[in-house]
Amino acid sequence: MPASEGDRVNQHPPSAEGTIAIDVEGLTKSFGGRPVVRNLSLKVRRGQIYGFLGPNGSGKTTTLRMICGLLTPDGGRGTCLGYDILTEREEIKRRVGYMTQRFSLYEDLSILENLEFVARVYGMADPTTAARRAVERLDLAGRERQLAGTLSGGWKQRLALGACILPEPALLLLDEPTAGVDPKARRDFWNEIHRLAAAGMTVLVSTHYMDEAERCHEIAYIAYGELLARGMIPAVIEASGLHTYTVSGPDLNGLADRLLGMPGVDMVAPFGTSLHVAGRDAKALEATVAKLSQDQRFAWNLSSPSLEDVFIDLMARSRDDFR
Amino acid sequence: MSTMAVARKWSGLSRTIAMFIKEFVQLRRDRLTFATMVFIPLVQLTLFGFAINTTPRHLPTAVLAYEDSDIGRSIISALRNTSYFELTEVVHSEAEMDHLMRSGKVLFGVEIPAGFERAVRRGDRPALLVAADASDPVAAGTALGALEGIVSTALARDRGLPETTEEKPAFEIRQHRRYNPAAVTSLNIVPGLLGVILTMTMLIFTALSVTREIERGTMESLLAMPIEPLEIMIGKIAPYIVIGFIQAVLILSFGILVFEVPISGSLWLLALLSTLFIATNLSIGYTFSTIAQNQLQAIQMSFMFFLPNILLSGFMFPFAGMPGWAQVIGELLPLTHYIRIVRGIMLKGADLHDLQFEALALLGLMLLAMTVAVRRFRRTLD
Repeated sequence: MPASEGDRVNQHPPSAEGTIAIDVEGLTKSFGGRPVVRNLSLKVRRGQIYGFLGPNGSGKTTTLRMICGLLTPDGGRGTCLGYDILTEREEIKRRVGYMTQRFSLYEDLSILENLEFVARVYGMADPTTAARRAVERLDLAGRERQLAGTLSGGWKQRLALGACILPEPALLLLDEPTAGVDPKARRDFWNEIHRLAAAGMTVLVSTHYMDEAERCHEIAYIAYGELLARGMIPAVIEASGLHTYTVSGPDLNGLADRLLGMPGVDMVAPFGTSLHVAGRDAKALEATVAKLSQDQRFAWNLSSPSLEDVFIDLMARSRDDFR
Repeated sequence: MSTMAVARKWSGLSRTIAMFIKEFVQLRRDRLTFATMVFIPLVQLTLFGFAINTTPRHLPTAVLAYEDSDIGRSIISALRNTSYFELTEVVHSEAEMDHLMRSGKVLFGVEIPAGFERAVRRGDRPALLVAADASDPVAAGTALGALEGIVSTALARDRGLPETTEEKPAFEIRQHRRYNPAAVTSLNIVPGLLGVILTMTMLIFTALSVTREIERGTMESLLAMPIEPLEIMIGKIAPYIVIGFIQAVLILSFGILVFEVPISGSLWLLALLSTLFIATNLSIGYTFSTIAQNQLQAIQMSFMFFLPNILLSGFMFPFAGMPGWAQVIGELLPLTHYIRIVRGIMLKGADLHDLQFEALALLGLMLLAMTVAVRRFRRTLD
């Protein structure tokens, strides 16, 4: 048998389900007349880690819930793993692991009992063995009889992830999985996510953290229920059309106040001992910087905008549109 | 006094007021509690005030006449004139009469023996048999007390009969208090209590089951899993059927050993129908759980349901004494049917044939509750 054919077999099969895990268009949802998600479209390829970013109340959770069939969209359509999100919810639920923002396993069940419950609900052949294996994978051996409610935040989150991946879903939806978790646990968590993605799992993860966004293959930014940017990180930064200078020197607070009213300056943000100054009009910003550079106490450097600069600018602009 | 001292002195009061205001604000948000406070007392007062009647009249009565005579007809119309008895069935055999009494369809059976008229005219003072269902002593008691005098007096006016006086009546009324001849209260109360206790505990078990998942936040995960509402419901009800069954065995054993309540009928039938009754109450509790917004509301609903179960089921007050509309409400309550079942089997030796209507009613109520629960169950968080 030629080697090339063998390789093809090992690759993700080009099945009817296709290479797109999530493909939704024009999703809209309001609660009590207040629109929470407006006309949102999203495409996530299989095996990708897709970051879903946005401020609090921007509609991230609502979108995730619509994708996994927990909420019915008011408008729009789409598929999740090739199944219609409106009519084939049961098929989707069988194949999707959804980790809620709030810990939603049973606090009065032990770690093992929670995992066994999940394994049974998903109809796994040998739930007890599956749960025991998950306990070992989670490094919880010896503590499996401990009640889930008595775990610390980091361990709860680990357990929740363990329960989600136990039935080996094709898609993981993680809703702010690392909120309130310490940096070490956060890093371990992301390493695990990358291992899972490498094994072929698709991951859509919502987060507030910029460093986490940078660990994603692709990102989407949502604010006030609207998708404002999406793509690979360099492309998102490029598309923002933002030009940034970094300035350091004495009395940066005073400088920041002065800068805000000046031509070409759209955003000023302090970063430790320096100030990020950004604007979309490159010429005007350059002129302003040239004028201020005459003051020898300040050191100006042209820098590239960070993802955070881009998002804060997007949010500010979107709020202007919104009003 | 310094301002600090004043502040310290009054801060306890202001903290109390803070709590007072907070409680009121929260109470106002909870519509159902608000309704419970205002609406429910009025409804229940009206309902129970008009429905409950401890000296019941128009009690269902069956007549078994071995002869068709003028005297027989006079006696029956006299019975009816007392307004205590309502002739609802005419039967032709002892067996038919027994079936009606065991199934609780009639509370009294009047038997006119063959040759009764001739014996009266001869002055033999024959016996007229009146069987009463004494498993409900309140219902039977008043009517039986009124029976003797009123019937004799009524008959005295009938032409062509020998002189009837208080001392020397034309015939003898032989009362037969069936099922509880000594009128022991515990025989009447204990079987009913079995139903009351089961109702209370079963309702609460499941009434909290869905609201608890919602309040603890576990519902979101559960809904995202591939499990159907029907599967959730059956999985949540089934364990409590076992618990309810153990509870029933406990109460029954206690009733038999301590209160010496007999089991005249089949213990297996009692076990089977008790399980059905337990499942029915669990289903109703579960239905409340799918309607209530939180655990407090679920408990309030259970209690609102529990009260008519006690008052309108025939447990405390005679069912036959209630007005028609209240009887209709009573028929919709599982305890009504279970009281008939449990008194029927334990005291009257009733079999499934006697109790088929009650069994079907319980089954129907259970399926109705389950259907409502599955349809009410929110598959999404919408």
